[in-house]
Amino acid sequence: MLTKRVIPCLDVRDGRVVKGVRFQGLRDAGDPAERAAAYEAQGADELVLLDVSATPQGRRTTLETVASVRAVLSIPLTVGGGVRDVEDAGRLLEAGADKVGVNTAAVADPDVLTRIAGRFGRQCAILALDAAGLPAGGWEVVTRSGTLRTGLDAVAWARRAADAGAGEILLTSWDRDGTRQGYDLALIAAIAGAVDVPIIASGGADSAPHMRDAFRAGADAVLAASIFHYGETTVGQVKAWLAAQGIEVRPE
Amino acid sequence: MTGDVLIVTTGVANLASIRAAFGRLGMSVRLGDDPGQVRDAERVVVPGVGSFGAAMARLEALGLVPVLRDRVAADLPTLAVCVGLQVLCASSDESPGVAGIGVVPGAVRRFGEGVRVPQFGWNRVQAPPDARFLQSGFAYFANSYRLQAAPADWLAATSEHGGPFVAALERGRVLACQFHPELSGNWGLSLLERWGRATARGGAGC
Repeated sequence: MLTKRVIPCLDVRDGRVVKGVRFQGLRDAGDPAERAAAYEAQGADELVLLDVSATPQGRRTTLETVASVRAVLSIPLTVGGGVRDVEDAGRLLEAGADKVGVNTAAVADPDVLTRIAGRFGRQCAILALDAAGLPAGGWEVVTRSGTLRTGLDAVAWARRAADAGAGEILLTSWDRDGTRQGYDLALIAAIAGAVDVPIIASGGADSAPHMRDAFRAGADAVLAASIFHYGETTVGQVKAWLAAQGIEVRPE
Repeated sequence: MTGDVLIVTTGVANLASIRAAFGRLGMSVRLGDDPGQVRDAERVVVPGVGSFGAAMARLEALGLVPVLRDRVAADLPTLAVCVGLQVLCASSDESPGVAGIGVVPGAVRRFGEGVRVPQFGWNRVQAPPDARFLQSGFAYFANSYRLQAAPADWLAATSEHGGPFVAALERGRVLACQFHPELSGNWGLSLLERWGRATARGGAGC
């Protein structure tokens, strides 16, 4: 039986790991390769590296950072941020990524996912879906690091993207990201119920109970950054607690 | 560990992870797609990339289908990963009408209803007790298709995803993994190391 995954996220800017509330007030949390190796040793199931500077400043994800992480990492590495087309994806995969996350570019042109899946396989094409709640209920897709409200229904977009070739969905609640109030469970349930592809829940994790709740809501994996970066808890501690709660995780 | 590993470049691969894994084990890695190279290499890796049909089309175009068939038949050290395992089989639901290399009997089928497809993540692998390379543990998978039943004449490790499926096969010095050993942490590295040691030319494992 497939185990539930715990995935630390390294938000990277200028070759350093950073994390802040909605990308504001960034604090330095270290060298990416150093953090990556430490997380694998703790029992991380995968690693996600997001170039948080990519979209707003028009930068490309730092290929050198990806290569330095790959050199020490024996678990899957997903890289996102600023991926515009299959050529960007190819460069990241060549540098050492196993999967590539696409957000803004896929909303503009869902065929980007089809092209990446067609060239490199569906397992490489990850849809990064940032969703924000609507006053009347439901969620809309936001892009360009939350600066653009698309008006696109998040559930319908998830379905369309999965049909277009996305092999997995990295689902971030824009309302919860960085708040540490827990994942948006209704959002997870809505998307997980709409598509067959796996869902990685992101945005708002502050504790192992938050992760348990996300799994129960339908997530296949959970992403977290802050709670791991500052040594408050380790991946191993979180997984041990989840296992005790009856959630099957890969033992260290 | 000394020795040479030739990774077959099927054209659409991201090979960084498997290169890095062998590199960490101290094995030298070359890339190549020439039939003579693939025939004569000490060890050959058929990486797991793209679709069944695309991989077969590429292997056909390169003239590698008979070379790989002969390597497996002659028990020359060969490692196949993910789609690499699948192309050893007779056919796949993924690409109807396309013949595989056919050294492993059986057709590759899509996972059934009621489970997440693709299967993405870590699954428990149960190894047969008499396996030489395979051990039980947790491996990282990324696949939508799989071989359901163990073929005759191969030792099979199994996993469960909506029913049992073949996680890996071994016979002699040939190892075929549906999972990605290069992404399966220390467990995966140790599997690559066992295969690497046992397949060293002139080594104790021969």
